[in-house]
Amino acid sequence: MLAIEILGLEKTYNVGFWGKTPKHALRPLHLNVEEGEIFGFLGPNGAGKTTTLKLLMGLVFPTSGTARILGMELDDPRMKAQIGFLPEQPYFYDYLTARELLEYYAQLSGVAAKERSRKADEVLAKVGLPNVAGLQLRKFSKGMLQRVGIAQAILHDPKLLFFDEPMSGLDPLGRRDVRDLMEQLKHEGKTVFFSTHILPDAEALCDRVAVIHDGELKGVGAVADLTSGVRGKVEIIWSGRIIPPAFKGLGADCHVTGDTVRAIVSEECQDAALDALRNAHLRLISLSPVRNSLEAYYVSKLQPGKAAAEVRP
Amino acid sequence: MKAAPMSRVFPIALNTFREAVRDRVLYNLVAFAVLMSGAAILVGQISVGIEKLVVINLGLTAVSLFGVVISIFIGIGLVSKEIDKRTLYTLLSRPVRRWEFVVGKFLGLVGTLVLNTFFMAIGVFGALLYVAHHFAKPDAWVLVALYFIILQFVIVTGLALLFSSFSSPLMSAVFAFSLFIVGAFAEDLRGFARMTKGITRWIATGAAYLVPNFSALNVITPVAHGQPVSGQLILYNTAYALIYATMTICGAVLIFERRNLK
Repeated sequence: MLAIEILGLEKTYNVGFWGKTPKHALRPLHLNVEEGEIFGFLGPNGAGKTTTLKLLMGLVFPTSGTARILGMELDDPRMKAQIGFLPEQPYFYDYLTARELLEYYAQLSGVAAKERSRKADEVLAKVGLPNVAGLQLRKFSKGMLQRVGIAQAILHDPKLLFFDEPMSGLDPLGRRDVRDLMEQLKHEGKTVFFSTHILPDAEALCDRVAVIHDGELKGVGAVADLTSGVRGKVEIIWSGRIIPPAFKGLGADCHVTGDTVRAIVSEECQDAALDALRNAHLRLISLSPVRNSLEAYYVSKLQPGKAAAEVRP
Repeated sequence: MKAAPMSRVFPIALNTFREAVRDRVLYNLVAFAVLMSGAAILVGQISVGIEKLVVINLGLTAVSLFGVVISIFIGIGLVSKEIDKRTLYTLLSRPVRRWEFVVGKFLGLVGTLVLNTFFMAIGVFGALLYVAHHFAKPDAWVLVALYFIILQFVIVTGLALLFSSFSSPLMSAVFAFSLFIVGAFAEDLRGFARMTKGITRWIATGAAYLVPNFSALNVITPVAHGQPVSGQLILYNTAYALIYATMTICGAVLIFERRNLK
């Protein structure tokens, strides 16, 4: 069964003084997410990621189109009992303690009374906040609130999780913790749909990604496929700061960093480049094919002209 | 998992109550206690024979005004604050229907106001005891006046919630407070409507019956004079307040059900 099935979901706002100028926040979107996968929804700020999540959560209503989550309609309370949602830059009732907030949400999600306190402590420990359950949320830092946001999303053991920019506000250690947690959730058989514009996170975590820009879906693909292709170029790194003159004739793109030089040359020029290094008595450190990156795919979808120019030999 | 709606409405109401208490809304009771103590001492010194009248009038009017101000200023933020701070996002992504949220918020604020009125009533009776040294049987009608004041709060909270479901907090406060003032003269408006003719009569009558009739809910003066309140009026006012508040909540729900939470 599909975890998420988006069928032409579209959102247009009427803006301007008279409210007659249509602004397309999301153009008709068709997208499927399989059960058990981590799906990255990529795009720059203002691309339509949050609008899509708000539509799926029933916070805004579509101009046209529909979607099904776990095979159920968007307004079905049974479906909502099986999903968890972390909004972007979450804010909670700051007069509550972390435990009170989680127990309140657990009650609304239908968690049995005797289990609420245990669940609250369990998820707080899971997100790395084991000793702050009794602290009022107004005393929490941005990163701690983000962790509480994740805790409330996973509190009721949902099958499907929606995270809007889950790494936002986290330090590098916090980001690693969230990545680990998302992998653990996948391991537990849960589906994770998350929006981000941090590409290394998406590349490290996602099974599949979609790229959205200006409210329009630009592409969908499996990360393994998108990053496996070789671009017909090799990367050569050697020690020293000298660039042999022969490299100019090979059309190499060279950069000196500290005591090493990194050069990108086409595969056909690989042997000539290695000969030039030998002749100059320079020590080779590495030689590896240049693989496609998610970043290259992302750029190619957002700025097709620029990407084509970069790939051109 | 199929839980009854009240299993979600009640926690939302309880959380609204908890928010009001922790945001120190009940601190108004301190101001009220100071006012009542000062008034009781002052009245005891300057008025002869009408101490009870003055204390009941002043006390109940203060209870009404304090409560109305709280119901308007918290009521207008019940929904808009949750949207602005985005606390609503994590709530509505759970199996909570929008009407359950609105009704829960309404009940939470009404519960806060009832508790607030209870403490203020203790203050009124304390002042009454101070000036009269004992309670008389007609003083029991003060309880009915307090009950009617609570019914006023129920209507005002419903109105504040209704206005806040489609307008800014400032405009909601202006609308709700204006209606409270106009509603205090509802009987006069109805009298005026009866004096007009033709289409004007239709419009004036419609408008007079549309505004909440707070004058019928105000029995402070007769109660201060020790006059009883009829059982029929108690029944009528109870039904009127509940129907009026239900209509405002239904209006708020209808609007909120269609609202995009941008």
